[in-house]
Amino acid sequence: MSKFKKGGKSELPAISTASLPDIVFMLLFFFMVATVMRDSSLMIENRLPSADQVEKLKKDRTTFIYAGKPSSQFKQFGEEPRIQFNDAFIGVEDIQASVLQAQADMNEELKSKIVVGLKVDKDTHAGLVSDIKQELRKANTLKVMYITNAKAEQ
Amino acid sequence: MAKRAAPEVNAGSMADIAFLLLIFFLVTTTIEKDKGILRSLPPIDDSEVEPPIIKEKNLFTVLINRRNQLLVEDEQMELKDLRKAAIEFLDNGGGENAEGKRCDYCQGKRSPSSSDHPDKAIISMKHDRETSYEKYIEVQNELVAAYNFLREREAARLYKRFYPNEEKVFAAMLAEKEKNQFKKDEVLNERIETIKTLFPLKLSEAEPDKN
Repeated sequence: MSKFKKGGKSELPAISTASLPDIVFMLLFFFMVATVMRDSSLMIENRLPSADQVEKLKKDRTTFIYAGKPSSQFKQFGEEPRIQFNDAFIGVEDIQASVLQAQADMNEELKSKIVVGLKVDKDTHAGLVSDIKQELRKANTLKVMYITNAKAEQ
Repeated sequence: MAKRAAPEVNAGSMADIAFLLLIFFLVTTTIEKDKGILRSLPPIDDSEVEPPIIKEKNLFTVLINRRNQLLVEDEQMELKDLRKAAIEFLDNGGGENAEGKRCDYCQGKRSPSSSDHPDKAIISMKHDRETSYEKYIEVQNELVAAYNFLREREAARLYKRFYPNEEKVFAAMLAEKEKNQFKKDEVLNERIETIKTLFPLKLSEAEPDKN
């Protein structure tokens, strides 16, 4: 006569999965907020060079200019490196107008702080980059950031 | 007629739907982490003012040719030696700056044939049109690294006591400024400016020759 149960294996109560949707929703919202849909698909090869003295990019005030050889499905544009802005190839002479347009679309308080991110393929010759920079000087958007892959400091 | 309670919606599949969405966003997410070297271009100057004459010894010339070879101060050099050479040049402190002050924080050789003062020392870089962008960035990186090294050294000397646990004092100061970008910290800004004026970034780029 005892008050304790003997022997009988008490079964573990089933874990309640009622909060599972909540957890999943939380994750879902995180990824929804963190997701950036790629807005411009690259039409050029874009393997960035590496550097170790890098700073973080402030995305809100940056507009990107891409340059490099046209990638394999755009072979009709030739082998020479081209400049891409948003979704189209542009010539050197269009850079000024494009960048000023991008600047005009920006928030008022960021307009003066515009940074132009240069995503240039590492096999491009530097003369093209120098042409781009010359145009940026004409547009008076003087802050540039050479986007690179970060490598560990030696 | 008695009101019938609406039957409860079965929420059992809610998790499945959420999972489906979750997986979609997981796959499409690219958390952007662009980094790069920030530089300022010189404004276009149309004025007819004669540029000031710069003494040869205050000028550190770096040329990159079309075969990606480096010519530094008229001698061929490997990329790995560039940083050290640039640091030696900037840190030389062989003479006086415009106000006639000697560089009392320089630790260089004080050679009379190299730069007078970090205020006056200018690194001039020129490349060929055919130079590869990769090489160009590598050289830029080394030259910026030389400035960063010296600024880091001065920051450690002056402000290490405020950041005892940081290995890189200047980087820590900049990170702190970044974090508090909405409330101005005058003391911190002044310290950063102090460091920057000790070794002002004077890195000029000549346009490549058109040929």
